[in-house]
Amino acid sequence: MILPRRDFLKSCGALIVSFSSGPLSLLSAQSPGPFSTHPSHIDPEKLDSWLAVGDDGVVTAYTGKCDFGQGILTVQSQLVAEELCVRIARVKLIQCDTSICPDQGTTSGSQSTPTNFNSENLALAAATAREALLGLAAKKLGEPVENLTVADGVITGTMGRHVRYEDLIGNKHFNLALSARAKRRSAADWTVLGKPIPSLDRTALMTGQFEFVHSVRVPGMLHGRVVRPPEMGATVAHVDEQLVRNIPGLVKVVVRKDFVGVVVETQYQATLAARQLVVQWNPGPELPPQKDFFDHLQKQRAHDGLSVDSQDVDARLADASSVIRARYTYPYQMHGSVGASCAVADVKPASATVWSATQSAYPTRSIVARLLNMTLEKVRVIYVRGSGCYGLNGADAVSFDAAILSHAVGKPVRLQFSRQDEMMWENLGSACTVQLRAGLAHDGRIIAWDREDWVASLGNRPGYDQPGNVITGMLLGYEPELPEPRSAKPPAGKFRNQSNTVPSYFAGCIAGSCGGDGTIRSERALTHTVRSPFFTGPLRSPLRIQNTFANECFMDELCAHANADPVAFRLLHLQNSRVIGVLKAAAQAASWQARSSPKAGVSRAGTVSGRGIACVAYEGNNGYAALVAEVDVDLETGTIRPRRFVVALDCGPISNPDGLRTQIEGGILQGMSRALVEEVTWDNRRVTSIDWETYNSLYLDYDMPTVETVFVTPPNVPATGAGETAITVTPAAIGNAIFDATGARLREVPFTPQRVKAALAESAQGGEKV
Amino acid sequence: MREKITLNVNGQEHLVEVDAETPLLFVLNDELGLRGPRFGCGMAQCGACTVIMRGQVVRSCVMPVSAVGQDEVTTLEGLGTPEHPHPIQQAFIEEGAAQCGFCLSGVILTAKAVLDVKPDASDQEIRDALGGVLCRCFTHIRMLRAIRKYAEARRT
Repeated sequence: MILPRRDFLKSCGALIVSFSSGPLSLLSAQSPGPFSTHPSHIDPEKLDSWLAVGDDGVVTAYTGKCDFGQGILTVQSQLVAEELCVRIARVKLIQCDTSICPDQGTTSGSQSTPTNFNSENLALAAATAREALLGLAAKKLGEPVENLTVADGVITGTMGRHVRYEDLIGNKHFNLALSARAKRRSAADWTVLGKPIPSLDRTALMTGQFEFVHSVRVPGMLHGRVVRPPEMGATVAHVDEQLVRNIPGLVKVVVRKDFVGVVVETQYQATLAARQLVVQWNPGPELPPQKDFFDHLQKQRAHDGLSVDSQDVDARLADASSVIRARYTYPYQMHGSVGASCAVADVKPASATVWSATQSAYPTRSIVARLLNMTLEKVRVIYVRGSGCYGLNGADAVSFDAAILSHAVGKPVRLQFSRQDEMMWENLGSACTVQLRAGLAHDGRIIAWDREDWVASLGNRPGYDQPGNVITGMLLGYEPELPEPRSAKPPAGKFRNQSNTVPSYFAGCIAGSCGGDGTIRSERALTHTVRSPFFTGPLRSPLRIQNTFANECFMDELCAHANADPVAFRLLHLQNSRVIGVLKAAAQAASWQARSSPKAGVSRAGTVSGRGIACVAYEGNNGYAALVAEVDVDLETGTIRPRRFVVALDCGPISNPDGLRTQIEGGILQGMSRALVEEVTWDNRRVTSIDWETYNSLYLDYDMPTVETVFVTPPNVPATGAGETAITVTPAAIGNAIFDATGARLREVPFTPQRVKAALAESAQGGEKV
Repeated sequence: MREKITLNVNGQEHLVEVDAETPLLFVLNDELGLRGPRFGCGMAQCGACTVIMRGQVVRSCVMPVSAVGQDEVTTLEGLGTPEHPHPIQQAFIEEGAAQCGFCLSGVILTAKAVLDVKPDASDQEIRDALGGVLCRCFTHIRMLRAIRKYAEARRT
């Protein structure tokens, strides 16, 4: 009997949902799979760079996208299991080890899913491997591929004869290129991918067995600490080792330009040595006052860029029946990982190994090689998870620092940052201010929209060649990436909305070709990038959350002026079916009542409640979300209490709905913490947010709102990112809900009680001042 | 000054030779090789280093090892194993109540300690007990759900 192809596909794979399936590999350092080494240059075009089948039938997959809590370990294992038709327990995933994994750059920007789950890279490798194995089996069994079925790595012919993967290729190379024609299994047939497989790391995590980079121990390992400058721009004047010489176990005080660290035998003594070492510093420049920082930002010379410019905005605004203006501000915020960063480095004369929680294993290898003056081939970076990161915490800097310390003493060194090392010197989420104006026609439609933002920027991810983008490199004398002042050029090329500078309501037209999501054709979006006094970096939803806060709250202001319902008014100015899809789905799931904001007959005392909505096409095309927030506002204290969130998300085919829900819940609540309490502070000399008493976060005692999630999945679309989409709309949805409840508009994040009360007082005076 | 100190951790005696002022956390990590308690802040502000002593949660990052004395120390790995997780660990596993998981010692051990003392603790009382525990991935909802599930199961 010849099975129709569809049945064959269906028979493949097996859904195993088990709570005890955590692979053993999670309990100890990664071992490389069936081959002792891979070539030092792993060619992503070759199948063997991605997959190997051992003689035990274990499928080892090598990926350049690593899991730091977002669940990519589990979903990549699901992907491989699905495409290769094996149980997930037979898949072993090796993440981001530069000696054996393909270089996939940085795990960031909601790019892991688009990169590895569509038609390239890991997905293509797995599909290529399945087809290759079927081809080998067809030869061996003497039957055409169409006759074969496969289940859990066993290929069976029509006569009942079968052959196992390991019999075909066990411990051998495929020696094949990735086949662009290899077919992914159809989503309709998935049995492992797309299913709520419990995250593979959870048993090890909950029982305290999981290996974090903080737990890595190497024989002969010493302990390091760094001694950072007291302020940005300070340089070493003098290091006095007198007081630390008596510390037992002191191995070395390491000074390299403005980098200072100690290496000691035990961790405790290392903390003592770092505290007692006397370093005299030449002071850095004075900082601009925090109070007027955004005015300061707007006065600086800037690198200007236009995302769109229809060149008729001023004229159209002059024609408008009314023109609305507003300025929004968003503060510096922190990644603020719960664990201060840590790394272990073992630098020998001819080789260096770094165990690192970096999201950028290969770029980190490149920077370490440069800092140690070694060739690339001699450096190996092994990814080991650290504390959740959300972008760029201290993991890169601590890896460079550990390498420098180990290099200085010729022994392995474990370096643990202090809380202050972590917070005072991290690459902060950028501070940003956005100035907006829009013109409404008599019928309330928006006819023109102009927006301008000022963004503070200094440094970034170090990438492959810019050590100065984080503190270590700067201390060693490398320059950070800086915005070079220049005036804006007219927009050219394809419309891009990567930083969500452009609201979804713009037509996004460049030279007659329109790539935006909306209908407003008189449009301008100008960005001024200004040198920041502090390091900045890609904190979850970088600039997207800042821009979307301004764009979506301002949209709400326009809507209020037009006396329209916020959902209907948005729909009036949208044309992208996927944004429209999530907007409608969220409104429906939240039982949205169509009416204008603020709510009629708002009380002037006690606690009032309201609802708000915001939506976004993340990076223009990398995921779509709409969020309804329901909040209580205590009019006496100015305290905001979000009570309920309803989110609709479209990220194309979903790899693991349970993992995705976790990401969305975490994203929204993190966004809420950022909207309500998070703000980096500084005085005239230094960052003063250096621990959890000086930087606010919502702790576990916070009375959290409920989060309801609705998935919208149109047919035949590629998989997009999902981890940064919902957080992007959270501050705006909360701000709009506050307006609905009170008539007061919050234009500054975070929405502290003080600011809420000020806005309430302003709205009570009938002012809509801007 | 290095001293010989006997510690009772997770039901086993350990003899260590360390400076008496060494924080308990460093001894658990560096001398005993335990992975559950972790360095978060070193200032008792976040809970990542939490252990249980005498039924109370203790921030091991600020407790000198010499202050432990004869008290039994229980870490996250002391509750249960991957093969036989403690019921509260099992509840966290079933609810998937972790993202990066770095904070779990504080969350799980603090919840266990409060429910050991007060099995019928209200949601508010459980949350109050967790007031000094930080999760920056914001897994709050699932964590509270797992704790509630465990609390209900242990009452019946």
